[in-house]
Amino acid sequence: MTLFGYRIPMMASLLVWCVAWEIVGRLDLVFLLPPFSDVLAAAFQLVQSPSWQDATVTTLRAFTIGIALAIALGIPLGILMGRIKIADDLLGMWVNIFASAPLSALVPVLMILFGFGERTIIAAVFLFAVWIIVLDTRAGVRHVSPSLIEMARSYGATKPALYAKIILWAALPEILAGIRLGLIRGVKGVVIGQLLVAIVGYGALFETFSRNFRMAEFWALTIILFAFAMLIAELIERIEGKVEYYAGARQ
Amino acid sequence: MAVTAVREKPSAIHTSLEAIVEVKGICKSYGNVEALRDINLDFPRGKLTSLLGPSGCGKTTLLKIIAGLIGASAGSVTVDGKRVSGPGPERAFVFQDFALMPWATVLRNVAFGLELRGTGKAERDEIARRYIAQVGLSGFEDKYPHELSGGMRQRVGLARALSVDAEVLLLDEPFSAVDEQNRRKFQEDLIRLRSAQNKTFIFVTHSIEEAVYISDRIVLLSPRPGRVSQVIEPDIDRSGDPDRIHRDKHYLDTVEEIWQGLKQYVE
Amino acid sequence: MATNIRAESEATHLALPVSSDTAGRLRDRPIILRLVSIALFAGIWEIAGRIPVSFAFPTFSDTIAAFFGLIADGSMPTAYLSTLQPLVLGILLSAFLGVGIGIVCGLSRTGEWLLIPVFIVLQAAPVAAFIPLVTFVYGIGMTAKTIAVMILALPVIVLNTYKAVRNVNESLLVMCRSFLGTRWQTITRIVLPDASPVIFAGLRLGVAAGFVGVVLAELLITPTGIGDLITFHRSRADYAEMYATIASIIALSTLTLVFLQWIEVRVFRPEKRGT
Repeated sequence: MTLFGYRIPMMASLLVWCVAWEIVGRLDLVFLLPPFSDVLAAAFQLVQSPSWQDATVTTLRAFTIGIALAIALGIPLGILMGRIKIADDLLGMWVNIFASAPLSALVPVLMILFGFGERTIIAAVFLFAVWIIVLDTRAGVRHVSPSLIEMARSYGATKPALYAKIILWAALPEILAGIRLGLIRGVKGVVIGQLLVAIVGYGALFETFSRNFRMAEFWALTIILFAFAMLIAELIERIEGKVEYYAGARQ
Repeated sequence: MAVTAVREKPSAIHTSLEAIVEVKGICKSYGNVEALRDINLDFPRGKLTSLLGPSGCGKTTLLKIIAGLIGASAGSVTVDGKRVSGPGPERAFVFQDFALMPWATVLRNVAFGLELRGTGKAERDEIARRYIAQVGLSGFEDKYPHELSGGMRQRVGLARALSVDAEVLLLDEPFSAVDEQNRRKFQEDLIRLRSAQNKTFIFVTHSIEEAVYISDRIVLLSPRPGRVSQVIEPDIDRSGDPDRIHRDKHYLDTVEEIWQGLKQYVE
Repeated sequence: MATNIRAESEATHLALPVSSDTAGRLRDRPIILRLVSIALFAGIWEIAGRIPVSFAFPTFSDTIAAFFGLIADGSMPTAYLSTLQPLVLGILLSAFLGVGIGIVCGLSRTGEWLLIPVFIVLQAAPVAAFIPLVTFVYGIGMTAKTIAVMILALPVIVLNTYKAVRNVNESLLVMCRSFLGTRWQTITRIVLPDASPVIFAGLRLGVAAGFVGVVLAELLITPTGIGDLITFHRSRADYAEMYATIASIIALSTLTLVFLQWIEVRVFRPEKRGT
């Protein structure tokens, strides 16, 4: 999405904020805020450290599995709710509740059900990401033009063909939008899960850094995480751009 | 064709009537695209003039330049001798998409122009009620726009333009978003309204029938770039039953003649 | 950095289809279906608890009993008193600050350029990582919790307000100009009324985010309130009490969101009534 034609200069203001950060850091005004250059240096060192690399592998693995599960379950559930009224009636309320509920409160439950390890993190990612995927898929399926479905029927499409060749594709823009939002929520889920479990991946690193007031490393880790979240959203948006013409053509 | 005065040379128009709006040498370009080229027109006081042409002829652009909503690349517009540099109190605009505030009642929508001018609430409500009655919406004062049909919404838009008591009313395809039956009724009402109002109307439309039905003068614009190709003054008696006009020979002849002229621009 | 502007669309994306769905559905659905849906949920929970799927999975009936127990012994009301204060304060501050910043950014190109990218980053990024830090700086009191609420709620509110103000109906702006509206009149009579539904939807999302913030702050460090009640009962293996507490906060958050939607329809947008 291009916004009013000046996307790049707008994000450039982040550089201004980095400079302001550097100045505030150099002046030693806030004890928790080291200069930005120190943070960058720390980030550089951090990336080379084995503890960061291990944590990243753990985090990425949990994230990927959780998201894969959320997509694998979310899309069929969304299609089910989009096509079958009774499923929508019975499940819709709960999906909507969980999509906007404070899911962080559920993480302690995950911890006792799945133990203090990777499985809890995977479950947290899944729980944060799945609902929005269901909702968007449902919305996409709902918006499939009825005449498109009638067309497929009149040319003798079987039920599986109808779903595989018409509905899934016609709903693709919304499904991808749901996946993108699910990914962003999944990043939040992995971080919240790891912070609460506190002995896995980035959560353990955050715990160490903030407990020992190693602020440069704390901020470095934060920036890496933020950059990662942005990168993921960017990637999925590239894919979305490729199917955008569907959305345009459907109007 | 004796009854239909057709002037072939638009640049040499001199109406005996006093012109209230004068358009001189208006040009408008968007980047490399030339939308309007050297438009020269006079709009006589108290008459209804239609700007008619196929899509892309710049008729709405010209209307918005007269309204002062967009600037021209060259040329000038004067209203009552004063040069237009922006919207003014002597002109009121009726929008194609109605432009009604969905959060406001019919009464407040109609009174909005007066509200912006700082007219007191009691006074502006009274004026608004009067014009709501004139456009035939009495009893709907406290309804919201979404409760009205397209035709009724545009009546609100018209009442709003009438209530600010501007001398010139600018109507941008006001009936294009109104369904066929309502449009016809609305056209009849418009004929009645303007005989009572004695205001100058400038009316943009792409419907030949509509233009011939309601206009004193029709300015035909040709597309790419928009130029004045013809000015027609249909001589139709509108005093009697409005339904009769549709069967009037002059009406039918004029419609046919304009269609023959416009045909070349339709792909 | 194409992402970042796109990420901002999450705000309205969630605001319009999803949340209006939430409450819209909860309201419009025939009451019987909703009851069946609740009964079904409770039934599955009860069965899963009786099997049991895990030693740490109480039945629905035990959880309900535990809920009334917690209310009776006063521990849940006390916990809510401590949780709701920073939550309400944080949301009120975020609402005023967020709507203010959003309007300024929507109207001023400079404000937009300077501030919107920051909020886009904060919206897309896992800001929960800051909460431990906040607790270190401000201790374990009310201040830390309020700030935790604000860092989660503010970006959504700012971005929704900003987007609402930027996307005001163009034809109403032209209409206001043609009737000689001044800039101030345009802002107060067209921009703000037209933007108010999306702004309000942003506030609703802000409230949802605020719940996450306060629970997270309490779970992570601050040993007070609902978060503490959850942690305490987990440590004593009182699973029914723990589940009851968690269910109560999720229910409270849902009811709050539905209530806000109801207010929006009744008070803010009278023209929606009866449609």
